[in-house]
Amino acid sequence: MSAAGARIGVITFPGSLDDGDARRAVRRSGASDVSLWHADADLRGVDAVIVPGGFSYGDYLRCGAIAKFAPVMTEVVRAAERGMPVLGVCNGFQVLCEAGLLPGVLTRNEGLHYVCRDQWLRAENTTSTWTTRYEPGADLLIPVKHGEGCYVADESTLDEIEGEGRVLFRYVDGNPNGSRRDIAGITDARGRVAGLMPHPEHAIDPLTGPTDDGLGMFLSALDTLVPA
Amino acid sequence: MARVVVDVMPKQEILDPQGQAVANALPRQGFEGISQVRQGKRFELEVADDVDDETLAKIAESFLANPVIEDWAVRRVES
Repeated sequence: MSAAGARIGVITFPGSLDDGDARRAVRRSGASDVSLWHADADLRGVDAVIVPGGFSYGDYLRCGAIAKFAPVMTEVVRAAERGMPVLGVCNGFQVLCEAGLLPGVLTRNEGLHYVCRDQWLRAENTTSTWTTRYEPGADLLIPVKHGEGCYVADESTLDEIEGEGRVLFRYVDGNPNGSRRDIAGITDARGRVAGLMPHPEHAIDPLTGPTDDGLGMFLSALDTLVPA
Repeated sequence: MARVVVDVMPKQEILDPQGQAVANALPRQGFEGISQVRQGKRFELEVADDVDDETLAKIAESFLANPVIEDWAVRRVES
């Protein structure tokens, strides 16, 4: 399979905002993008799935709480259990936590303010499907924009995540939302499901973002999907 | 039909910034003596008579509340 042969699906829910940028990032990385619709219990044969940012179902009830029951999400959960790579960004991270694919939950920012800024992150786990292109300890500048990005889990869960090296990125130069232990992104036990609040799809081209530091996440997944 | 009320509250150990903001605003309006506010949600459900308590608990636990951060309580009230 060539890079162009790899097909990465991007879900659109009512209220999704960043599905267009996510598809653009997939194309920029060299893969083919496939639009997935929330109401279809069908992944259209994709090799990986991205759950994008936005306000799925208006963030009603809790962020991601209604999206987790969308027909497409039932298929995503099944596929993830079989090992399909899944990336959740911002609202997508919230959806993956609500769906139980990742531990913890994202709550209202500690300062109550919606935060929209370019944010420094430090790469930690660089062996997950979505982070192999980064050097451990690398500093990345990627936009954040959210009102409910405070990562919360109980202490034993946090210890487990850290003990297993499952923190992908940590906020540096200021924690924008009060996340426990400055956690910006995590992965599941197998390193195939990833979630983060910052937006790598908004940092793929210095013309339209602060850097192209986000592109590495999409290229990392392609390395797995398209063995050299 | 019965009316069922489900109260969902942030767990005690979870920071509740919204409740804190409300508590901080009270003295500015001249209301003194309120030391803490916690903000939660109340759901009112009209429920058929054959829906049992176990089902209601499942609805609360799996959907209305996120047990990682929230406690819930279900009660039947006079409709």
